[in-house]
Amino acid sequence: MKRSLLWAPLAVFILFLIIFMTGLLSPEGQIIRSHMIGKPLPNFALPAGLRNSAGLRTQDFQQGKPKLLNVFASWCVPCAAEAPQLMQLAQSGVTIDAVAIRDRPEDIANFLARYGNPYRKIGSDRTSSIQLALGSSGVPETFVIDGNGIIRYQHIGDIRPENIPEIFAELAKAR
Amino acid sequence: MPFLRTQQSHSPQRASFARGNWGIAAMIGLMILSAPALVRADSDLPPAPLANSQLPDPKQEAKAEALMETIRCLVCQGQSIADSDAELAGDMRAMVRTRIAAGESPEHIRSWLVARYGRWVSYKPPVDAMTAPLWIAPLLLLVVGAWLARGLFKRRRN
Repeated sequence: MKRSLLWAPLAVFILFLIIFMTGLLSPEGQIIRSHMIGKPLPNFALPAGLRNSAGLRTQDFQQGKPKLLNVFASWCVPCAAEAPQLMQLAQSGVTIDAVAIRDRPEDIANFLARYGNPYRKIGSDRTSSIQLALGSSGVPETFVIDGNGIIRYQHIGDIRPENIPEIFAELAKAR
Repeated sequence: MPFLRTQQSHSPQRASFARGNWGIAAMIGLMILSAPALVRADSDLPPAPLANSQLPDPKQEAKAEALMETIRCLVCQGQSIADSDAELAGDMRAMVRTRIAAGESPEHIRSWLVARYGRWVSYKPPVDAMTAPLWIAPLLLLVVGAWLARGLFKRRRN
């Protein structure tokens, strides 16, 4: 047997050590992308998020025009941070529907009174079931849904002013 | 954060800090790095009924629990949904129990989740072309080890 071969186990050990150390030292909390992009929106019919208003159903997204589906909550801080950007999108003619996660009508109403209401319809998801069906793992998240109800794009985290062009671009792509 | 700010304002302490306590520095560094990208505060809604209470049928509960232990929590990513206190994990446990009670098989629920979050969400690696090396490599290494050992023992006898 060649002498150099004796070093092979040590080399393999060091290789494993490097792999484990990089795994340990790299920051956790990686962003989990939904695998539902390109697939139809799951079937759902949510009760209304606000009193005396309509709920939100899958059929609302199959009316020929691309829309945004914003997953938010009144208790979520970054959701308040993205509110001005959503208002700007709504004012430029983008239709935004929302799913409110683990929320109450009065809390949603307070939130909208404070930060503005960019939404056409709000569905209330008190058990995060639609969030799970969408492959979403936190709030806020925003999905671009095309006119046939197919999920085209997912934005994770709050929409910042610099993200607005990409949202418009994705909406145009979904047309 | 206030703790970190005090550390920075005492420069004499910082000098000894740099010399002696690399372990602590590394720990603080890790804490900063591990701050979650998505801040998820908690809602004030109570947990879903089946998030923290068992199913009446012990057989179904055992099935649900076995599945929950192998599904990764989406919020606190090192834990299973059985271990996690996150609200989303509670909602996932409630979903698992509801579906098991309705007669759905645990593997069907797992593949439903994998279709949404990718393989990452499952702690149970499937056997297929991509993960085959994980299963074959140990056997292969054993065979190679046995072969090497055999060579060594032979030489010694001669």
